[in-house]
Amino acid sequence: MKIAVCIKRVPDSETRVKIAADGKTIDEAGVKFVMNPYDEFALEEALRRKEKAGSGEVVVVCLGPAAAQETIRTALSWGADRGVLLQADSIPADPFQTATVIAAELKGTAWDLVLFGRMAIDDYSHQVGPLVAELLGLPCVTAVSHLDIEGTKGVAEREIEGGIEVVNFSLPAVLTTDKSLNEPRLPALKGIMAAKKKPLEVKPVQAGTGTLEIVALMPPPERKEGKIVGEGAGAVGELVRLLREEAKVL
Amino acid sequence: MTTLAVLEQRDGVLRKISYEVVTAAQRLGGTVEAVVCGVGPVQGADQAGKYGADKIVTLTNPAFARYAPEACAQALAERAKQGGYQTVLFAASATGKDLAPRVAAKLGVAVAADITDVTTDGGDLLVTRPVYAGKALLKVKVASRPAVVSLRPNVFTPVERRKAGAAETVAVNVPAGRVTVREIKTAPAGTLDVAEAQVVISGGRGLKEPANFKVLEELARAFGGQAAVGASRAVVDMGWRPHADQVGQTGKTVSPSLYIAVGISGMIQHLAGMRTSKVIVAINKDKDAPIFKVADYGVVGDLFEIVPKLTEEIRKLHG
Repeated sequence: MKIAVCIKRVPDSETRVKIAADGKTIDEAGVKFVMNPYDEFALEEALRRKEKAGSGEVVVVCLGPAAAQETIRTALSWGADRGVLLQADSIPADPFQTATVIAAELKGTAWDLVLFGRMAIDDYSHQVGPLVAELLGLPCVTAVSHLDIEGTKGVAEREIEGGIEVVNFSLPAVLTTDKSLNEPRLPALKGIMAAKKKPLEVKPVQAGTGTLEIVALMPPPERKEGKIVGEGAGAVGELVRLLREEAKVL
Repeated sequence: MTTLAVLEQRDGVLRKISYEVVTAAQRLGGTVEAVVCGVGPVQGADQAGKYGADKIVTLTNPAFARYAPEACAQALAERAKQGGYQTVLFAASATGKDLAPRVAAKLGVAVAADITDVTTDGGDLLVTRPVYAGKALLKVKVASRPAVVSLRPNVFTPVERRKAGAAETVAVNVPAGRVTVREIKTAPAGTLDVAEAQVVISGGRGLKEPANFKVLEELARAFGGQAAVGASRAVVDMGWRPHADQVGQTGKTVSPSLYIAVGISGMIQHLAGMRTSKVIVAINKDKDAPIFKVADYGVVGDLFEIVPKLTEEIRKLHG
């Protein structure tokens, strides 16, 4: 199994977002960066597939700034074999440009699987995986929560509103992973030591500007001050009255 | 100027979210052409005219009995290329999130995804997208023609603006593709998705154990099929509830009319996922819980006394 796992360096989910002076990006001071949580399921799945196959290679690909080397090292500590940083000062605002850069890197290698998290928790675009699949001409299943592979035939499950879609696909394929797919491992000290010696190639890239232009990053509208209606079951009558008469949602 | 509004069907029946797409499309002005992929006539598609579609096109192919990602993407991309559309609108539903990027890639552009607002400024299309799970809003100018945009569910409330939508059926010749849906395992009848429900009742650690979610399920039932039960990350991580129900930055972001947070303290990553709800109610025993800072109405106390009482009151209203 030759598997590429495409990961992204993102602010941790507990981050309080402060807007930078340019009014278009976040202020990164004091922000803790991590591997995008959905990418952890992709990486875990790749490692398990390789372990099950008994041979193969798991390559981690990341588009990001120099500091994303740290994110790649984390992936290597989990057990990935090598990493490639597509180094750019910033990640394009246009996911098609991101996909173009990643697809150019992946092209020409006979991957069995190319895995992505189903979305990144910073830009919420949930599309780089399927865009790359289209650019490479590979079949794609998104938001995979269960996966069976037998030879070049795959069966994936993906959550839809009110149910689960069971999808047949053929390998090689691009898959994007959802939370229930597996339980990501915790890195062991041995892995962290080993990761330092694993190959990490840095390739400067130049992404195009694309057709999505950031005009402004703004704080969400403040919710107006709420009120404590009361304490205990005795307050329910008043709550229901307010929901009917003031909020008009009942 | 014409907008292509991509509708969604399941089992030959139009999904309600399609009316949100038509409603958003008609807000852009110009002509609205609604399009749906189906194996034959789609029940409810004729209603699209009620929400502002000037024309309703059904693209038919035997592969469209179930969602056929590659075949649908090809058919829609071909349509989009022919039509000279200014904008192609999708719902950012499970299907729309899968389909929109495929179509966009064939048009050589990105999707302005999961937007909550859209306006035109001169010739420019301006969209607003929540990022960092709603901790910030990104205003984006979309320069591509057509612009490919997907809409967050539950934000664009369908508005009736009756037009006599002309209907057209076109058989399209596209291969079935390498990715095929072989079956749909449906959740128990009446289960609504948290991202699409008008009322979401979420539970957290305060529920104490998984079996106690039945008090929330009873409250949801009292709303007569409009409510879904959600969960905080803490209880999903403990395996009490499925990930499909998780509200927050690593789960779903929801915008229901009414969000009721029960036994949820209000971690920042949870607040991010529900702060765009129209009205928020919090029920928690700790009067200092952060959830009360975003709640419009709070009740402090024992949820096991408060929730059953609320269920009783809601049942009275819904008769």
